[in-house]
Amino acid sequence: MSHLPILPVIVPALTAVTLLLFARAPIATQRAISVLSMLGMVGIATALVVEAAGGSMMTYRLGDWAAPYGIVLVADRLAVLMVAMTSLVGLGTVAFAAQGWDLHGRNFHALLHFQLMGLNGAFLTGDIFNLFVFFEILLIASYGLMLHGGGRERIGAGLHYVVLNLGGSALFVIGLGMVYGSLGTLNMADLALRVGDVGPGLEAVVQAAALLLLVVFALKAALLPLYFWLPRTYGATSAPVAALFAIMTKVGVYSIIRVYTLVFPGEAPVIDGLPGAVLLPIALATIVFAALGALAANTLRGMVANLLVVSVGVMMTAISLFTEASLAAGLYYMVHSTLIVAALFLIVEMVSAERGEVVDRLQPAPQVARPALLGTLFFVAAAAIGGLPPFGGFLGKVYVLQSAADANGVAWIWTIVLAGSLLGLVALARGGSAVFWNTAPSTDDDEIGDPPRTAPPSGRPASAAPAVLLLGLVAAVAILAGPVSTFTDAAAAQLADPTGYIEAVMGPDGGIDGVADGDIDDVADGGTEGVAVELQTGGGE
Amino acid sequence: MELLLTLTVGVLVAGGVFLVLRPRTFSTILGLSLLSYAANVFLFSSSYVRTGLAPLASIKDSPFPDPLPQALVLTAIVISFGMTGFVVVLSLRAYNDLGSDHVDGDVHDPASADGGGTS
Repeated sequence: MSHLPILPVIVPALTAVTLLLFARAPIATQRAISVLSMLGMVGIATALVVEAAGGSMMTYRLGDWAAPYGIVLVADRLAVLMVAMTSLVGLGTVAFAAQGWDLHGRNFHALLHFQLMGLNGAFLTGDIFNLFVFFEILLIASYGLMLHGGGRERIGAGLHYVVLNLGGSALFVIGLGMVYGSLGTLNMADLALRVGDVGPGLEAVVQAAALLLLVVFALKAALLPLYFWLPRTYGATSAPVAALFAIMTKVGVYSIIRVYTLVFPGEAPVIDGLPGAVLLPIALATIVFAALGALAANTLRGMVANLLVVSVGVMMTAISLFTEASLAAGLYYMVHSTLIVAALFLIVEMVSAERGEVVDRLQPAPQVARPALLGTLFFVAAAAIGGLPPFGGFLGKVYVLQSAADANGVAWIWTIVLAGSLLGLVALARGGSAVFWNTAPSTDDDEIGDPPRTAPPSGRPASAAPAVLLLGLVAAVAILAGPVSTFTDAAAAQLADPTGYIEAVMGPDGGIDGVADGDIDDVADGGTEGVAVELQTGGGE
Repeated sequence: MELLLTLTVGVLVAGGVFLVLRPRTFSTILGLSLLSYAANVFLFSSSYVRTGLAPLASIKDSPFPDPLPQALVLTAIVISFGMTGFVVVLSLRAYNDLGSDHVDGDVHDPASADGGGTS
């Protein structure tokens, strides 16, 4: 049993603890530890991608407990893809924050690595209760990061964010109680085996659990009725944190993909296509509302946050069809859009740092100090996120539209995805021209009273390096579209046929009988039956 | 027993949802606590409810309850306790910084009420 799959959880955890030990050390030491660890993470993620690209499904049994009883980590292609994206965005974030943003509060780097630990754990775990635990780890780290630096606006937005997510956690626990009560296990592969054979009277409980979990994941992914927290939260926090949070919405997207292809697949009689039928209209409506939100935004950061929600809507549109081709398209688009949104948050921050007190509000302001560099970066990033031809956004959207060609409601999907792209481009054109062309002469020369949020605007060309790194990755996703889409196609093939996943976790006999300890198994089954009896009598009264 | 448990969870959720929607942070925190109690009791009941069982699986022949939900609920309690502690500190900080215990800050102050990522 190779120890590779556990490393993406262990390394950030150890790094974070080490950083706490060095909390009083010079910031340069902390930055060095943090950057070195991130480079190591990129190496580990590369090794995982190489391993998974060969088609091997790596599993890791914690404590070597047999499958349905112990917690198991599973590194299939989807999980590995998410881990790789996390480490790349994390590297860009750390490099950007090391220019001074990490000085606004204490323990920035430690919190960031705890967040990475939660993210990687959520992507790798094969146990649905463990998924909840890793959600909580990444959330509590994100609370700290979101509030990093403080300030009125940030505290106010942070309070909403925390309360909303605590409510979501309560729903998650209730959903898990229903899952365990009705199916008698929490291991996702074991659940997949049992969901095809639900006890009498328990169909409603299983359906309710599936949809309750969908609400929780939709809150994390920022789908329509539950996305209004995102623009305000991402607008109020510091730029590197917003860039890192671009990957956090993808935890919700990932969980939806994982749970509704493996645990509650649409083919199961008890589920009967329910999640897809609910998700498609929600995803399309998300695109419409968020595109209008991007048009109406009065700050550049608010616009990018809304464009992030648009991109989530586009990928969820593809994913909600739950075919192999549409999953592949959704995954490819997710890789592109996550990287480009993270890059845009960094670019917008560099722009607003040079605009004095106006920061990123869309109103006349003094010319930025480096119009050529920042204007070019913004233009390239805007073209990439808007989905103009040379970039991966264009390829991804074509891919999404193609995969939807045979779906019901294809006219709606094509119209809304294309109209959403157009509105996004109009918003970006408006934002770009307002910031770079509609300049006003500087009214006052004493710009010492910068808001405390703004980091020391280091005029060195190297300050743009993290954003350029992320933009380079975006370009790589387009240039290497062949290999990347081959990988996402293969990941979708694994998702469309979960027997490989189940066999890797549960063993080739595909059941718990081979490893089961009779007593525990009996108790679990007894529990299931007990609930079934209660529900039946309850229904009869 | 089932009826009592069901009513308890129902009342806790109803009270929790009502309090979470109140405009002051204090009642919101109480509401979140009630919601997490409800979730924990519900999770605990996911192994069927029965009285008169041995608490542990020590005696071979006697029936015993499923131990897994107990472990799960212990994890959930620890997490919700930590989160509640955090949100208490955060709301105190918000009260000091915003000068009001309203969840939207001081609602009479237009500067803080417009929100929307202006900072």
